[in-house]
Amino acid sequence: MSFLDQTARSFLMIELVKGFALTLKYMFKPKVTINYPFEKGPISPRFRGEHALRRYPNGEERCIACKLCEAICPAQAITIEAEPRDDGSRRTTRYDIDMTKCIYCGLCAEACPVDAIVEGPNFEFATETREELYYNKQKLLDNGDRWEAQIAANLEADAPYR
Amino acid sequence: MPDIMIEYIPFLGSAFFTAYILPVLCITGYILLLVVPLILAMAYLTYAERKVLAAMQLRQGPMMVGPFGLLQPLADGIKLLGKETIIPRDANRFIFVMAPMLTFMLALVAWAVIPVNAGWVLADINVGILYLFAISSLGVYGILMAGWASNSRYAFLGGLRSAAQMVSYEVSIGLVLVCVLLTTGSLNLTQIVVTERPFWVDLLLFPMFVVFVISALAETNRAPFDLPEGESELVGGYNVEYSSMTFALFFLGEYMNMILMAAMATVLFLGGWLPPFGIEALSFVPGVIWFAFKVSFILFIFLWARATLPRYRYDQLMRLGWKVFLPLTLLWVVIVAGALLYNNALPGMQ
Repeated sequence: MSFLDQTARSFLMIELVKGFALTLKYMFKPKVTINYPFEKGPISPRFRGEHALRRYPNGEERCIACKLCEAICPAQAITIEAEPRDDGSRRTTRYDIDMTKCIYCGLCAEACPVDAIVEGPNFEFATETREELYYNKQKLLDNGDRWEAQIAANLEADAPYR
Repeated sequence: MPDIMIEYIPFLGSAFFTAYILPVLCITGYILLLVVPLILAMAYLTYAERKVLAAMQLRQGPMMVGPFGLLQPLADGIKLLGKETIIPRDANRFIFVMAPMLTFMLALVAWAVIPVNAGWVLADINVGILYLFAISSLGVYGILMAGWASNSRYAFLGGLRSAAQMVSYEVSIGLVLVCVLLTTGSLNLTQIVVTERPFWVDLLLFPMFVVFVISALAETNRAPFDLPEGESELVGGYNVEYSSMTFALFFLGEYMNMILMAAMATVLFLGGWLPPFGIEALSFVPGVIWFAFKVSFILFIFLWARATLPRYRYDQLMRLGWKVFLPLTLLWVVIVAGALLYNNALPGMQ
């Protein structure tokens, strides 16, 4: 009997028809991929993307050159040099991040006492040369100016959870 | 030929022109009328394949080149043309270059006898089926030559597999053809389409249609029978050493063969250019449209099978060909012949 059953199954191709029906059903389901450069998926407020140095609303840079980020960085990607500015406040003269070393752990942002260094929502900063990924202070400050609105919103959205 | 033209160019009125040059020009024109749409269809078959596969895997497929990626085949073609043709040092240069040309040419030449509409056929020969069968059997030579001339182990094994596979399935395709011929009594493809079959004959032929489609998959080296190009074990199959235009010709040949097999199935089983199921009300649609529609349907089954089925193992493939299809088709020839004889329905008996 099982022989008959099996022969009938293979000659009537029941399994095949079932499989074909399944793929046909999937063909009309909504697509799960998004049309990337034109559509983008949602990003968490905690997303750790491209780094940025923030400023206070009055334009003063936040970073006070405490070098906690440099100390905590597990990849040793951050290099900071500092000296007192003319008005006596302590500021960095050099703030470099080697983005090729960075592992995007976010510890620099965690360590920062003044929320100066943050990892913003931008993840599209691929370059064609290695040199372009050696970020200096100017580049980081520009990033901060460019993404400030989103960074501030993200920090606020995440604040209740920390 | 307008008289005014003959007046100015006397050559156009000469007997030599009307008897020899003009027919040649006409035939060239007809050939172009057939081949250009075919090449276009082939190009868009690659697009359709990617889109259908993508849809069945919940992806979007090509979207970047043109609206909905519609210009993707064009971009692919230009890319392939821009590549360098590499001929391996140890390859047999002549055969190496001949193989893809042969494959492509054979795939095109077979179309000479396919009727795409009532009377729309390049060569309405009485042994159309035999011609088709002969040409499609020759297709294996292109692949075998490519595999041998490349002087590469992978290509050689791919070629061997392909040859064995195509030869095996040709046997059952031949017997399927015999079944159809028994019911129509003609080897002429136009005649086969036009001959009206009783409903029970169509029903009787349906299993042969299934066998034909499956064998066509094997014959054109398509999934799930795409062992000759089994990427995971043979790197790329018989065409590993090919690049640029030579590769493109293989590619074109493969897709052209798919369309050819679909056209054969259409002519033999689905009633060619006639409206489906003999519905007279639908005959206002031109026959070419119906033909294209039916061919697309078969091609969709080809793509659908690729999205659904995993690749066969080599011994399973041979078992299916020799131990299932061959006895089944042989048996069916007997059954069809017997049934026709019993009902006095053999073509010559009325």
